[in-house]
Amino acid sequence: MTKDNENKTSEEERISRRRFIKSSGVAVGGLAVGGVIGGLIPWRTEDNKQQRQAANETKNYNQALMFFSQAEFKTVEAATERIFPKDHNGPGAKDLGVPFYIDHQLAGSYGFNSRDYMEPPFFHGEKEQGYQGRLKRREIFRVGLRELQNYSHQKYKKEFSELSTEEQDDILKDFESDKVKLSTISASGFFNMLRGVTLEGLYSDPLYGGNIDMDGWRMRDYPGDQMNYLDVIEEGFKKIEPRSLRDHM
Amino acid sequence: MVKKMPKTDVVIVGVGWGGGIIASELTKQGLSVVGLEKGLERSTEDYYMVHDELRYALRYELFQDLSKSTLTFRSNEKKRALPMRHYGSFLMGEGVGGAGVHWNGQTYRFLPYDFEIRSQTVERYGEKKIPKGMTIQDWGITYNELEPYYDKFEKMAGISGEENPLGGKRSDKYPTGPMKHSPQMKMFTEATKKLGYHPYTVPSANLSEPYTNPDGISRAACQYCSFCERFGCEYGAKADPVVTVIPVANKTGKFDLRTHSWVRRILHKDGKATGVLYTDLTTGEEIEQPADVVVITSYVFNNTKLLLTSKIGRPYDPATGTGVIGKNYAYQVVKGAATGFYDDMEFNNFAGAGALGVVIDDFNGDNFDHSDLNFIHGGYLALTQTGARPIQNNPVPKGTPSWGAEFKDKSLKYANRSLSVGAMGASMPFRHHYLDLDPTYKDTFGDPLLRMTFDFEDQDRELAKFTAKKARGILEEMGADHVDAMEELGPYDITVYQSTHNTGGVIMGDNPDTSAVNNYSQMWDMDNLFVVGASSFPHNSGYNPTGTVGALAYRAAEGIMTYSKKGGQLV
Repeated sequence: MTKDNENKTSEEERISRRRFIKSSGVAVGGLAVGGVIGGLIPWRTEDNKQQRQAANETKNYNQALMFFSQAEFKTVEAATERIFPKDHNGPGAKDLGVPFYIDHQLAGSYGFNSRDYMEPPFFHGEKEQGYQGRLKRREIFRVGLRELQNYSHQKYKKEFSELSTEEQDDILKDFESDKVKLSTISASGFFNMLRGVTLEGLYSDPLYGGNIDMDGWRMRDYPGDQMNYLDVIEEGFKKIEPRSLRDHM
Repeated sequence: MVKKMPKTDVVIVGVGWGGGIIASELTKQGLSVVGLEKGLERSTEDYYMVHDELRYALRYELFQDLSKSTLTFRSNEKKRALPMRHYGSFLMGEGVGGAGVHWNGQTYRFLPYDFEIRSQTVERYGEKKIPKGMTIQDWGITYNELEPYYDKFEKMAGISGEENPLGGKRSDKYPTGPMKHSPQMKMFTEATKKLGYHPYTVPSANLSEPYTNPDGISRAACQYCSFCERFGCEYGAKADPVVTVIPVANKTGKFDLRTHSWVRRILHKDGKATGVLYTDLTTGEEIEQPADVVVITSYVFNNTKLLLTSKIGRPYDPATGTGVIGKNYAYQVVKGAATGFYDDMEFNNFAGAGALGVVIDDFNGDNFDHSDLNFIHGGYLALTQTGARPIQNNPVPKGTPSWGAEFKDKSLKYANRSLSVGAMGASMPFRHHYLDLDPTYKDTFGDPLLRMTFDFEDQDRELAKFTAKKARGILEEMGADHVDAMEELGPYDITVYQSTHNTGGVIMGDNPDTSAVNNYSQMWDMDNLFVVGASSFPHNSGYNPTGTVGALAYRAAEGIMTYSKKGGQLV
């Protein structure tokens, strides 16, 4: 995309933003509402240049939020990108759509623990007895993300997403090792869940919103959904172009 | 108001391998059978979109809904048992076919030693070899007596394999030849031969070739697509009850299979079972199904729970060691394994089949001398290639962080450059490992959850260290550049997947004082009640259990036929 095009896009967005605020009438609500809108529409930030470019090519209607607030989403983007960063091997969590994947999962049955036993009474147990809290995954995430922000402000006086990558790693390590003491949830429990759903978003079928264009699979030479491996099973390693469940439709 | 159905010859509770086999055998011989299954109907067409790791392996599509019922767990009697709120250590199947749908298909026979474990251990090493509290017992049946039923199960399922050089005597060869060998299987074979061991191809229920079984059921060959464990087979190549025994039962017109039917009680009067009480989950209606014979063929846990909630048999009391229902819960010791990393070799780890592999039994059962070892029994060591799906398989050398740049780099590098040698360690019963009813937590109908009291013992820790060391030796022989092996087994942790090889609770034997069922899986205390499945294992062997579950189900079917003609105790 040429530079001119980019400028043009920005101009269009500014106009449509004004139009949105005007027609929705929220701008009159004062400071608090203005703050929300500022978070809702971060159109002028550098971060979103790539998303804008992608959107101009083919609009992915799947990439909108069902659960996270815009601020929470930014934190999730930054944190998952540290768990699986972009490097010489290829894209990181953010470019593979992992934050959207997580948002969509938490909005559904996974987030509501609908197939888990969530009956009282609740007691603290041994580690080997597994999770015994009363909070559902979506609630744990909400608390966890807030605590991640609190801890970033406490330690570095900044938003998590505005920290340097070294500082972000430092914060995440403190969560992973339970150096952060939280009263409501386990910091390491939240971190492990975040790591787990990040891996899911990288490597699940693209139908769930992550692993965009199967690039997660491609990076590790995983061929995805193949009907058979009769021809390769007795042979040495073979690179195979991946296929997804979409190919079955 | 309970609705009462017309009486049937036999009612079966749970339609997986046990229920399916018994339904097909009895209906073929003219009995009318009602099959009650808590879950839903299944067919091969359901698996059109089955190559989905997230949905099936991580969101547990084929498994019991824990929000309705689970079990509670504690490591010992001093602790408070708490519910298993999410899945972890094992996965309980649900729906027609049960756990027989999502299994890998590794189909072994137990060793002759297993069935006479107590007497053979005492004979070879003396009474002192058995540590205090270990409650092993002979099974009340020998390998030779069970052999014809193993053969029957293998022919029905079309098991693909070659003779185990260290196994029990076979009356016939496997019905289909062994599975294909991949490069890493060849490496394992060569290395173990060089070490003086006796490798053979894993016996597989994923068909190596098209096969028509004695019931006239034809199935296609395995495509090595790598989606077996936790998945259903879209080709019908993996033997499961839905593509083998259930169609045979259906064809007789004598099998009435009712899904969404949750059995809550075994009904009984004056020492005889009279039928079962169940709830139709679609309407909430309570229904009584009277029957001449009641057969319980659900999973280990539910078999035990139904007997306890129905007040049948004597509940086990760990304080005195008396009673039998809930006794000898055992599991499997699988963590004694190793992973090898290769810098210059790449493998098709993404391809595979649930029962694709090569295995040795040199350290299984009593195939080796235990005189100087602090454990009995052992386990197989195997290289299996079940398909390394990417969310759950990210092996990295020890010391690598579990996230971040280095994790990414190494996990990508080793996805197809690592091989594992696993162990299937046997699990011995102990006096203080048992199942009973939880005093606090309830299922969706207000019935108590089952409570598991279990932990690993010195026996398990020693065994795991031993198999891990052997696994390391094999991988080093296989030329791995770096090998990581388990160092310490640690406590039993219900959050980490190990195996769905839970056993015991309604164990078999030759004495009503120390066992719940005889060797036809018939209750000692109630002639017309049969309890079939791995719940009848007095201990768990160093193998996957399904072959033995199948053999015992065929024997139970024969026993039920005899009982329906003559009545009384069969032994």
